[in-house]
Amino acid sequence: MADLDTIERVKDIDVDKYKYGFTTEIESERAPKGLNEDTVRYISARKDEPQWLLDWRLEAYHRWLQMDEPTWARVNYPKIDFQDLYYYSAPKKTPGPKSLDEVDPELLAAYEKLGVPLREREILAGVEGAGTRVAVDAVFDSVSVVTTFKAELAKSGVIFCSFSEAVREHPELVKKYLGSVVPQADNYYAALNSAVFSDGSFVYIPPGTRCPMELSTYFRINEKNTGQFERTLIIADKGAYVSYLEGCTAPTRDENQLHAAVVELIAHDEAEIKYSTVQNWYPGDKEGKGGIYNFVTKRGDCRGHHSKISWTQVETGSAITWKYPSCILRGDYSRGEFYSIAISNGRQQVDSGTKMIHLGKNTSSRIISKGIAAGQSDNTYRGIVSAHRKATNARNFTQCDSLLIGDKCGAHTVPYIEAKTSTAQFEHEATTSKISDDQLFYCQARGLDQEEAVALIVNGFVRDVLQQLPMEFMAETQKLIGISLEGSVG
Amino acid sequence: MLEIKNLHASIEDENRAILNGINLTVNPGEVHAIMGPNGSGKSTLSYILSGREGYDVTDGEVLYKGQDLLEMSPDERAAKGVFLAFQYPIEIPGVATMQFLKVALNSQRKARGEGELSTPDFMRLVKEKSAALNISQEMLKRPVNVGFSGGEKKRAEILQMAVLEPSLCILDETDSGLDIDALKLVAEGVNKLRSPDRAMIVITHYQRLLDYIVPDQVHVLSKGRIVKSGGKELALELERNGYAEYVGDAA
Repeated sequence: MADLDTIERVKDIDVDKYKYGFTTEIESERAPKGLNEDTVRYISARKDEPQWLLDWRLEAYHRWLQMDEPTWARVNYPKIDFQDLYYYSAPKKTPGPKSLDEVDPELLAAYEKLGVPLREREILAGVEGAGTRVAVDAVFDSVSVVTTFKAELAKSGVIFCSFSEAVREHPELVKKYLGSVVPQADNYYAALNSAVFSDGSFVYIPPGTRCPMELSTYFRINEKNTGQFERTLIIADKGAYVSYLEGCTAPTRDENQLHAAVVELIAHDEAEIKYSTVQNWYPGDKEGKGGIYNFVTKRGDCRGHHSKISWTQVETGSAITWKYPSCILRGDYSRGEFYSIAISNGRQQVDSGTKMIHLGKNTSSRIISKGIAAGQSDNTYRGIVSAHRKATNARNFTQCDSLLIGDKCGAHTVPYIEAKTSTAQFEHEATTSKISDDQLFYCQARGLDQEEAVALIVNGFVRDVLQQLPMEFMAETQKLIGISLEGSVG
Repeated sequence: MLEIKNLHASIEDENRAILNGINLTVNPGEVHAIMGPNGSGKSTLSYILSGREGYDVTDGEVLYKGQDLLEMSPDERAAKGVFLAFQYPIEIPGVATMQFLKVALNSQRKARGEGELSTPDFMRLVKEKSAALNISQEMLKRPVNVGFSGGEKKRAEILQMAVLEPSLCILDETDSGLDIDALKLVAEGVNKLRSPDRAMIVITHYQRLLDYIVPDQVHVLSKGRIVKSGGKELALELERNGYAEYVGDAA
């Protein structure tokens, strides 16, 4: 019913009305191709940034020039020509589809299966004008929802806004925390991001405040077009709690092939941050062409005692995923968690894992990683668990399970474990299994077709991690897992 | 219901003939027992009827409700009412038994063009069927067959059968690994499902099960052929004399 409702409403809207304004806007914000100091200055100027931020960007740029692209990950791709990219509001090279009729039917079928509302489908598919339409037309439910929620957040003192807005409205917070977890020169892609980041999200939860809602689910449309170099900064002050959701289960097309985001989380004394991601970028065609390269740096700093940071990720998209959400367990009694489901199919390459750096006393961490490889994909878990010599009684439990579907894919586990104190207790368990013919036949003999059977078995395999996801993401994710593995058997 | 005509089959890649011309007709409402020594082809027959890969049918045909059964995929057969109770039920980690039942039932309903059962209706159905088989709600929350005892696995198979309400039930050595109490419970569950429009094929090694599930006909399978058919008294005769006579006959 809800879907029909949306269809009716979309029909009511005059598509052409907003199209031209939208196009003009894009034209005017185009930065020249390529990367040099001027590009960085241009971006900063376009955003009216203060001098200190421009200096910060330029420093990052100069550090980046001296760095080399990392090659240690188990991924293969043609060398990226960084001078052949747009670095600001990269405009579409070809005009977007005019309506859903012109969109790849395969993509639409995927939206259909996921139950994405029609209006959101247009935006996700990049239909021209669809993005602005939502902002203009206030009758849509979710827009009023957004307004209501913003008011509610303000009441509790929570700051949740775009990164640019934070630079303008809360410069002291941005200045204090930006780069304090992921320094400019942390790694090649983080340095690139620091120089040219376009926008992103900023969250500050004041002391003793429990954020009244899961952040960002309802904002997923507004968050569109934040670009390929996203920057997210989340601070939970003493005793604060926040749960943040990033991404979208619906497959998202993007003209920008390279994505290098940076996410920084800071948890003060007794604060807790729960960060959940569902990533479903375009994985490329059957030969793996045209898919997104996703080189992300995500790190959380458990700065205060008894603080906690929990990462939960569901990675199903992108041609290449290079991603290690990590926790620095600095505060005594702090805790880090990493729950991951990484699915690769076709020619996808995933190299993902986590780092748990135990610095404080009595710190603990837990890693549950579920890798599923199908088709001709490669799926690697790479992780570090380390204990500093002062991290007495550090505890870690790691479980890495891999599931193989078919005989042309690969699963690899590369754990590094370093303990510099004899009081540390680290446990590591790893398993590799295949979906057996017996399991498939058993499900089929009960009436499931082959793809339903694979989806059910895989959903069982990842259950421990699924349960960590916020309720509203769980059902969608279960469906997504099935869709991601379509065509992986038979 | 089911007509098997001159069925010949071998194991794929091995070219080894397992079934050598089986003929069997099962009418609605009937219970047929198939008995025979190890290696006589009993399990192969059940797998071929339910559509498992890995076998080549080299001759003959199987008609189910007048349709060519061998042309259908395993899930199509299930939706059309063919059910195999496995000799060794398979474990599916992380998938709750309850969820498995629901997905299975709704997949079949969907394939038949019926609507999905609502959750309350489904819960009511499972509650009723599981109580009769002495299956607790706690057991339904556990992953499918994972850590189940032999008796629990077989009871869970019969529960699936009761919930899915198939037309043709094939029970492959459902008695193996059961103590006498569990055997009675399972047999009761099966007997409850006997009805004029449902047929059953009970594959067993021993006569014991047939004390509780009384068949209309008994067939002796040896070296891939039915070498003797008779009434329920044939099972008793086999119990006394063993299979030696028939093994010799077929050789």
